Amino acid sequence: MIATALSALMSHWRRHPLQLTTLLAGLALATGLWSAVQAINAEARASYNEAALQLGGVPLPELRAANGTIALETYVALRRAGWQLSPVLEGRVQLGNTWVSVMGVDPLSHPGLPAMRPTDGAPLTTFTQMFAHRDTIADIGTQAQDTRAQELPLTSSTQVPLGMVLGDIALAERLLDQPGRISRLLILPQQPLGLKTRQPLSVLAPDLIRSIPDRGADTARLTDSFHLNLTAFGLLAFAVGLFIVHGTVGLAFEQRRPMLRTLRALGVPLRSLSLLLLGELILLAIVAGGIGLILGYLVASALIGDVAATLRGLYGAPVEGSLTLRPIWFVSGLGMAVAGALLASAQALWRLHSMPLLAAPGVLAWGQHSARSDRGMALAGLGLMGAGGLAVLIFDGLVPGFALLGGLMLGAALMLPGALGLALRFGQSRTRGPLAYWLWGDMRAGLPGLSLALMALLLALATNVGVSTMVSSFRLTFTGWLDQRLSAQIYVSTINDAQGDELRAFLAGRVDAILPIRYGEVRIDGQDMRVYGIVDHASYRDNWPLLDGAPDVWDQVAKGKGALINELLARRNDLWPGEPGENDAQLQLGGGWVMPVVGVYSDYGNPAGQIIVSLDSLLAHAGPLPNRQFGLQLDPADTHALVRDLNGAFDPPLAGVLDQSSLKAHSLEIFDKTFVVTGALNVLTLGVAGFAILTSLLTLWSMRLPQLAPVWALGLTRARLARLEVVRSVALAGMTALLALPLGLVLAWVLLAVINVEAFGWRLPMYLFPWDWLVLLGLTLVAAAAAAALPARRLANAPPAELLRVFANER
Amino acid sequence: MAAQYGAINMLLEIRDVIKSFEGPHARPVLNGVSLTLEPGQTLALTGESGSGKSTLLQLAGALDDFDAGEITLDGTPLMGLDDKGRADLRRRVVALVFQQFNLIPSLDVAHNLAFHARLGGVEDRSWLAHLTERLGLSDLVTRFPEQLSGGQQQRVAIGRALGLRPKLLLADEPTGNLDQIAGDAVLDLMLELVADTGTALLLVTHSPRIAARLGARVHLRDGRIDGGEM
Repeated sequence: MIATALSALMSHWRRHPLQLTTLLAGLALATGLWSAVQAINAEARASYNEAALQLGGVPLPELRAANGTIALETYVALRRAGWQLSPVLEGRVQLGNTWVSVMGVDPLSHPGLPAMRPTDGAPLTTFTQMFAHRDTIADIGTQAQDTRAQELPLTSSTQVPLGMVLGDIALAERLLDQPGRISRLLILPQQPLGLKTRQPLSVLAPDLIRSIPDRGADTARLTDSFHLNLTAFGLLAFAVGLFIVHGTVGLAFEQRRPMLRTLRALGVPLRSLSLLLLGELILLAIVAGGIGLILGYLVASALIGDVAATLRGLYGAPVEGSLTLRPIWFVSGLGMAVAGALLASAQALWRLHSMPLLAAPGVLAWGQHSARSDRGMALAGLGLMGAGGLAVLIFDGLVPGFALLGGLMLGAALMLPGALGLALRFGQSRTRGPLAYWLWGDMRAGLPGLSLALMALLLALATNVGVSTMVSSFRLTFTGWLDQRLSAQIYVSTINDAQGDELRAFLAGRVDAILPIRYGEVRIDGQDMRVYGIVDHASYRDNWPLLDGAPDVWDQVAKGKGALINELLARRNDLWPGEPGENDAQLQLGGGWVMPVVGVYSDYGNPAGQIIVSLDSLLAHAGPLPNRQFGLQLDPADTHALVRDLNGAFDPPLAGVLDQSSLKAHSLEIFDKTFVVTGALNVLTLGVAGFAILTSLLTLWSMRLPQLAPVWALGLTRARLARLEVVRSVALAGMTALLALPLGLVLAWVLLAVINVEAFGWRLPMYLFPWDWLVLLGLTLVAAAAAAALPARRLANAPPAELLRVFANER
Repeated sequence: MAAQYGAINMLLEIRDVIKSFEGPHARPVLNGVSLTLEPGQTLALTGESGSGKSTLLQLAGALDDFDAGEITLDGTPLMGLDDKGRADLRRRVVALVFQQFNLIPSLDVAHNLAFHARLGGVEDRSWLAHLTERLGLSDLVTRFPEQLSGGQQQRVAIGRALGLRPKLLLADEPTGNLDQIAGDAVLDLMLELVADTGTALLLVTHSPRIAARLGARVHLRDGRIDGGEM
């Protein structure tokens, strides 16, 4: 019995191959985009964990200095007191045009570094070798002119994160040119008994700060917002795909109702039938999920390179640009496909189970709705929007921000049928011609069948408007900010302080000003950040992008009476200059150093807090600091000549010479790469929404004939009706696009004013790009016309007999 | 005499028409049918299921092509006429009433009643108001088809057809979906209005009782005319 019933059920798909294709394609697309995002996220997270594991495994407590470096003497004193410590020196160095992170450790005392093993199984000579990933070595190797790069005793180790060089601390000292310096001291687990009370660290080294780092979590926290953004996009694409599945399954179930009635009449129990339909659905979901996984793997493979470049460039996160197939990804992808199919079909299954099967067959009943259900949906939509707004008002953080986004999007989607119904009613009331009057009414009558596809289109379009407004606003702001921030014509790095002095001598009389770029490190509320010391110069006063501050802010900084902080630090720690007559917030820099916050500046792209004080103040509190980076002010026309001279004048060569335009170009390149993935997912989601319209129109084709045939019989040609079908699709898509615009702008505002602030710590101004909207509207109309073209062509070429079947008495 | 043709001033002339449908066992549905209809004449087309009567009605209404023979509607030969020409005839000359009513679900009664006349560019509001009243639809004009009974829907369909003041009304089992009382009421109205307006009527029916109420009858069997009274 079961086999016979199953065969009868499956015969529907044989008779309706297009419907089957639509169902599989919708689910495969949904699963594909979702699993692509999951593959990318999983790969990145695995890279973070692997990097954290290779660089020390379980984190140990450690000591740091307020100025960023611990003197060798301090270390020696602590060791003599009996403390078991392991020194680590860290820094970044430019080898040719490649920046690498350097980590130097004491191999004898360090608790464990799996990364310091050669790939080729060669004997371990950790004191004389430095280790790096083979891709990092390849990058460094191409910088032939850099003598230090050529002299590095580099050994390949696949376990060292990309962009890092790891080795003995003595080698790292030389590479970083920081002899006798230590970045942090690891406190080893085994310590002499009673030492903590006899020789407490707080007495021996009161200036050192004790903390327990969480390296993997640090990277994860920095990149969380990026991954959340990707996940949100994946979920949106998944939801849009499910709209297709929901529409197709609903129609298929309704069309099969007479068959199900017959099967029941022939003795198949309702329970068996329900189970068979469920089994059929799961089978289809597994097939579509499999196709989706292949699709997802291809999409992820295409995008992972840009994602890795973004994460490395923007956050310094160690992510490889290749994809590994993980069983959990495969299983969860199939799980999502099955869960999605069941979710999208739940309504149809429930209706089938609960409706009397002896009721009249109802192809026309499918999708029928009333003004009451529109009102109900609109109220639910309003409720969702309100809940999202409340979440942001009550809770802090990124998740309430995304709850607001979700509430807005889903709420607006639920309100769409009602809004379109009102617009169509209004249009009809303003129309006099019979055909136009019929068309308005017909669009309104056809709304239920198309509403899911139109909801999907609304979501995709609003996302497109919102995200592109956010990205374009960000880019515009970022470009202007770069112009302000990079005010020096040339930026030079020397390999040591002595070369810094040589450079000053060389530049005497050749430039208008030499601005030293010197910084120390502090830890505020558990976060490491840099304190820059600057000299008083007009280029700062004229150009530095201040968001808040008194008119005499630069005088106060120059006199050492105040500090400037970046927006991220200001927002995260709620530190702002006081209003006139009020006190400024006080910034605790450690070691009793307190400065009032006199100004806040924008600092896009920097994931950490940053502070600016006068150079004298910095040196007074942090002690001697490296003096190897300089910004040079000169006539822009002389830039290229000076860059050429600088590159040829020093032996050994300077560590780096970058002119302003190259630096800007590099920054913009990183910026653009950051949003390559967002853009790609945006386009893919829009494509899925277009596909949703096409599939809806195709599946609704059989339902359209009874509505069109009478009009044809009353004297309209098939060709004209076909043209009207295209007009109908274009008009509905156009109205949806117009409604998507305000939603997209609200979305953009939420992204700029809520999500960015929570995720990155900066708030961006919002700009409007009407030309982009026009292009998007044009694309939407073209897509809607293209989606309607196939059914319209079928109508134009339909033989009269097909239309006459509508009037047949014994249908 | 089962069929006549060749008369002067005929509104509809059908001569030796052959029509087949495609398929593995294709055979002619109409096999050499001929008949004529004068302005104002009423003719019942009877026959068993599958005899070809609905197909003949559809050919007369310029809804479908035929394989051979001639059909002339209001002086226009249908053979070779393009889709636009056929649509034009349907908008101006003929009107149709179907068993399934086939109203436009997205329009209310008032707009359904006026729809055909407005499409044909001959909307006459006083005539439509008269029809609405005669058909007993005055209280229903704001309702939509799904809110009407079968009899009410068929009255709207008749009103829509006659609103055009067509020369020829084609009706395919117009009371087939109604019970006898409602069906008789609808038929009475239709015949009265047809008589009042001088509209020719070609009506397909199974029922000898209904056929007897029309001016002439033609019986079809296996695609051929098998008798009748003209």
